[in-house]
Amino acid sequence: MARKRHARGFFAYAIFYLAFLYVPVLFLPVFSFNNSEFIAFPLSGFTTRWYGEMLADTAMHLALWNSLKVGACVALSATVLGLLTARALTRYRLRGGGAVLALASLPLFIPDIVLGISLLIVLNRVGLPPSLYAVALGHVLICLPFAITVLMSRFEGFDRSLEEASLDLGESAWMTFWRVTFPLVLPGIVASLLLCFIVSFDEFLIAYFLAGTDVTLPIYIWGQLRFPFQLPKVLALGALILVATAGLVVLAEWVRGLGRRAHPAGI
Amino acid sequence: MAVADIIQARRPRGGRVRRPEAARGYALLSPAMIVMVVALAAPMLLLALYSFWTQAGLSLDTHFTLGRYAEALGRGSWRDLFWRSLAISSAVTLATVLLAYPMAYFVAFHARAKFAWLILLTIPFWTSYLLRVFAWKVILGYNGVINSGLMDLGLIRQPLEFLLYNPFAVVVTLAHAWAAFAILPIYVSLEKIDRSLLDAAADLGDGPLRRFLRVTLPLSLPGVIGAAVLIFVPTTGDYVTPTLVGGPGGVMIANVIEVEFDRIGDWPMGAALAIASMAAVGIVTLLTVQAVRLAASRVR
Repeated sequence: MARKRHARGFFAYAIFYLAFLYVPVLFLPVFSFNNSEFIAFPLSGFTTRWYGEMLADTAMHLALWNSLKVGACVALSATVLGLLTARALTRYRLRGGGAVLALASLPLFIPDIVLGISLLIVLNRVGLPPSLYAVALGHVLICLPFAITVLMSRFEGFDRSLEEASLDLGESAWMTFWRVTFPLVLPGIVASLLLCFIVSFDEFLIAYFLAGTDVTLPIYIWGQLRFPFQLPKVLALGALILVATAGLVVLAEWVRGLGRRAHPAGI
Repeated sequence: MAVADIIQARRPRGGRVRRPEAARGYALLSPAMIVMVVALAAPMLLLALYSFWTQAGLSLDTHFTLGRYAEALGRGSWRDLFWRSLAISSAVTLATVLLAYPMAYFVAFHARAKFAWLILLTIPFWTSYLLRVFAWKVILGYNGVINSGLMDLGLIRQPLEFLLYNPFAVVVTLAHAWAAFAILPIYVSLEKIDRSLLDAAADLGDGPLRRFLRVTLPLSLPGVIGAAVLIFVPTTGDYVTPTLVGGPGGVMIANVIEVEFDRIGDWPMGAALAIASMAAVGIVTLLTVQAVRLAASRVR
């Protein structure tokens, strides 16, 4: 009886906590449909004009296109690098493997501003101008920890004897990879691609230092935040981004969970 | 979600492998290692190097000097910023961990659809940081959601000015933004606790509170420490939040680093500030973790 009351108390807290997480963010979509230049209550009627204005903004189109390009390159590069690393760390019991993993997780523990300025210094030393390539390199760095862990948890639940069977039955190592290993880790690969894309797509500070005159979507938004009359338009854009990324995350997690039960350590 | 795995990062165990096998393993590792060296190790070394140099007009004086560090720590206003950044991050860490613990506890011990809960709790983490911070500006602002809502209801006449542009706003915003980083590590460590230990404690006469304090809490401490480090270290260097919601009283060290790099163009000074702040954060983190571990071992 006491235990049940206990559980109910925790459930109530969990609902409160979810509200704390979600309600602040939900104000963006709410006010993006509000028919007023001011972001304040009371709401003054429904409108979609902010969305219309946002869609007509050509500077935004360019920034969006840049972000999509960078995000796609980063997702692909980080996932390939993560795939090789995860494979090496799970398949071969290497000396120094723990150190490699620690090094790859390091970007999580370094403030983004420090990653940004240190890469800016390197560009400057080598004599390269800031560019979207530099942004992509910085983003690969912060995506790699996620790619490696998502893929490692997939490789770890993986039955090696399937590969051995394929080799014993006469397939080459290359064909074994394509016909056995790759399909089995595919959900991990898709999840890693999606998550890395989202991380890159949303990243602001590193891009701010490294993009130079090119503008990514978060940099564009940052610029707009200074002008109060632009805010409703930014809200509309932000609402769309939130919905799109949340959808991609759910998709990534769903794909990742395919073919295996909810497995706490891999989450 | 992957964050929890990183905290748990296991060191590969087992016997050493045969030579050609190991060579293949290292070959597979090398591309990522090259990227880490080019994009992480080399830039960090250069940053450290710059912090010992001097900006002379448009060129760099590359004679070794500790002058930038003396300046970074000597200027009173910057010293205050260091302290304030550490204080704000400490408050953020404490608030985030305290708020997240019962949540993680609920998912680990009481929730039925754990997987769904975990996804629900991590979705906000993956969505745009910039927009989440901006949402708080919209909420706390002079004409924001709270003020206009309260005035609309007739509860206040004047907007409350203490909501935005101060350290409090920074703490609230950051505690919201970093929630997932606290929940996941704590959840993983709670989930790993052997349930028979809890039954044993109950059988031996411990009440729920005693059992929690003597069994559950100590066993979940690694997750709590992991969460605290993962939040404390990066938030001291946060730029977006203090800029958008901090106001003059909520400025943090990253704002000065940005000014040195972007507007003043004194890169060695910015580098020294960055290295000094990371060193300060590192020292505080190590000392605190040691102190917590010591305290925990005393309690048991």
